[in-house]
Amino acid sequence: MFTRVAKYILKRAVTLLVTVVIAVYVTIWIANMGGYVDEIIKSDILLSVSQSVRQNPLYRGLNETQIMKIINEIYDNELKKIGFDKPFIYRSFIYLRDAITLSLGRALFLSSDSGSKNVRIIILERLPNTVLLFTTTQMILFFIGLFLGLFLSRRYGSFLDRLSVLLAPLSSLPGWFYGIFLILIFASFLRLLPYGGMVDIPPPTDRLAYALSVLKHMILPVLSWLIAYSFINVYVRRTFFLMFSSEDYVEFAKAKGLPDSLIQRRYILRPTLPPIITDFSLTLIGSWMGAIITERVFNWPGIGSLFYAASVIFDTPVLVGLVVIYAYLLAATVFVLEFVYVLLDPRIRAGGT
Amino acid sequence: MSKVKQALSQLLLYKSALIGSIIILFLVGVSIYTIITLPYEEATRLWRAGEQYWLDNPRNALPSWMNIFSQKRLPETIVLTTEKAQVGVSKAIVPTEKFSIIKIKFSFNYEYDDFPSEINLFFKAKFNESSPYLTIYWVKPNGDQINLKTLLVSREDRYYVSGDEDVAKDLRRYISKKINVTIEYETPVTILLFAQEDASILNPDTVKVMKGTYELLIDGIAFESNADLNAKLVVYGKVYGLAGTDHYRRDLSIALLWGTPIALSFGVTASVTIALIQMFIGAISAWFGGKADTVLQRVTEVFMILPFLPLLIMISTFYKFNIWVLLAVVIALTVFGSGVKNYRAIFLQVKEFPYVEAARAYGAGNLRIIMFYLIPKVLPTMIPSIVISVADFVFLEAALAILGLGDPLAPTWGKIIDDAYTQGALYKGLYYWVLQPSVMLALTSLSFAMLGFALDKIFNPRLKEM
Repeated sequence: MFTRVAKYILKRAVTLLVTVVIAVYVTIWIANMGGYVDEIIKSDILLSVSQSVRQNPLYRGLNETQIMKIINEIYDNELKKIGFDKPFIYRSFIYLRDAITLSLGRALFLSSDSGSKNVRIIILERLPNTVLLFTTTQMILFFIGLFLGLFLSRRYGSFLDRLSVLLAPLSSLPGWFYGIFLILIFASFLRLLPYGGMVDIPPPTDRLAYALSVLKHMILPVLSWLIAYSFINVYVRRTFFLMFSSEDYVEFAKAKGLPDSLIQRRYILRPTLPPIITDFSLTLIGSWMGAIITERVFNWPGIGSLFYAASVIFDTPVLVGLVVIYAYLLAATVFVLEFVYVLLDPRIRAGGT
Repeated sequence: MSKVKQALSQLLLYKSALIGSIIILFLVGVSIYTIITLPYEEATRLWRAGEQYWLDNPRNALPSWMNIFSQKRLPETIVLTTEKAQVGVSKAIVPTEKFSIIKIKFSFNYEYDDFPSEINLFFKAKFNESSPYLTIYWVKPNGDQINLKTLLVSREDRYYVSGDEDVAKDLRRYISKKINVTIEYETPVTILLFAQEDASILNPDTVKVMKGTYELLIDGIAFESNADLNAKLVVYGKVYGLAGTDHYRRDLSIALLWGTPIALSFGVTASVTIALIQMFIGAISAWFGGKADTVLQRVTEVFMILPFLPLLIMISTFYKFNIWVLLAVVIALTVFGSGVKNYRAIFLQVKEFPYVEAARAYGAGNLRIIMFYLIPKVLPTMIPSIVISVADFVFLEAALAILGLGDPLAPTWGKIIDDAYTQGALYKGLYYWVLQPSVMLALTSLSFAMLGFALDKIFNPRLKEM
């Protein structure tokens, strides 16, 4: 049994990895249509070559033209070494290797708060901010959807239930859109909450005060997403639970006279858990991608606004790096989900379809 | 036919569907009106004409209809020019042998409760050698005549009255003397030229407009016989047109109007095309199974991993597309989305239905079965979600504009929001700038969502039987 599960999981891991590799490769092709990736590599090499030549005591006494000549010679050699005299199809695999191993190179213009030009450091510095904001949001949304959805599915046709159906279209407006209105009301008009950003300027030195300040800045973005996505969440969950609560085994449990709370826990929640968890995790990852505009609206220093900044000033290494990281995140999530499925749902037989 | 009737009568049962449809019809009407009255080329030309073209408009003016709701009557823009016959404008040129004497008088009635935003004078002079030498006076309703400036004008010249700091200083001194209290704050020229000269002027919150007839006099002389001068006085108001203006003085109604057909066509085209193609792919995957299925599913998984918005941003950054190419890119990136998986699951069930079996026995080809048996069976149940997804694509277009991507030429709602955001409209309290395009966006997506949800109840009544 165990080896079968292990085999199954290994197989899925390989499939996923292949998928990621192909996805990243597609990205590299898209990014290279303008010859941008080449430019990244070339500028990287030129920088390191000229630095090493200028710092080398051997060349200390030479004048500028001689130094430039030496730099150009070494630079041409370096280009040959990494195969820039070869066609793109050959080189694209080198980029692929670099991207997959997360050696993402150096940013063209952006730098991290610590002053580093290393793309990986820039991204990893921003990631926690995005994760903090949107994980909080998604958690709250998840529980609102779960409990209100369950509650309403038990009261099918009541006033509250009909109201939830009526309000669902409000979720056709995205979170950032409500965000603009919230800023207008609470920051611009009432002057109660900050316009955006993550922490007061200057940041409080005291740890507790810092945390409180971050919380204060989180209120509006979180609220905007709650307003935007609660209705549809509750509506979808309610419909979902309604479908499951009409299953035969639920009717049977009811007939046996089991208490409602037990029926909800054991007969409705338990079998619906795998799809709900899948939905939650994919939504979570998805929210980190779609958060670009929300972060722009709220000026939140996360991955989204980094993406925006990079796209506006053509900082391609950062863009490609982010795409790679997203692909990894998504694949890892899908992989963990496979695990969870096997653990949660007794009906899935490993090795089966 | 009776089925259609039934569906229609059911549709009428749902108020939200009705409201949604009415709004959609209204938006379609606006689109048709816009396309007919303001051709697209003209709209983009106006939108990109730059500030020079819009010089007679006030900057960041509110929409005119604000005057209906506001206690104070906000000023409209007053334009007086000697180039065409107009009430309140007189021009006399007296040529002699040695010189020409120029007298121009602008007079206008000012009955508003608020001060103008700016005051400018524009000159067009005709002369051979000697530029006209002008003295400009301002006459208030109480009869005070104020000497504003003396200047030599070139052939194309302008004098920004409200930007003249010397005038501000002189006037402050003059009025302070008149009311025996010194004015402490930096009163702008627009207020000094139009204010009541009493204690109320000491505080920007209490200062009042002196209503009545104002005059601007231009006395000029040119030292040659055939000189000519045309002048234009613009007293900029604080309201303009249907939708107000932006920081470039542009008429916002252009982008608000043109945003409608662009948003509708973008949203509807994207959602319908994507749904149909996804359905087709899903059907092929389910119907043929085997190798074709495997390949299509793997491709779908690759596309599901590709981060949609970041890729779209990257592509739009590298290649500045117009909006329709952008639409094609959006479709290309989305057709292999998660929808394919859902459609495949549905078609796998439909495939087993007896009527498909019958079609097979009857000798229908694969493509025929997919196009005429599978897809028509599933399409009605998917119409609601297609209608709902229109809202998403309308917002996608807006989002790209807000990120500064998308079509650089097209005047769209997202563009207005982007401009307003970049200019700090929310800090400055210029709410109309953000609210108008936002309301249009909200109306559009809400109408489609309401219609879609109602259709869902009609087409997919599985929940109603419970």
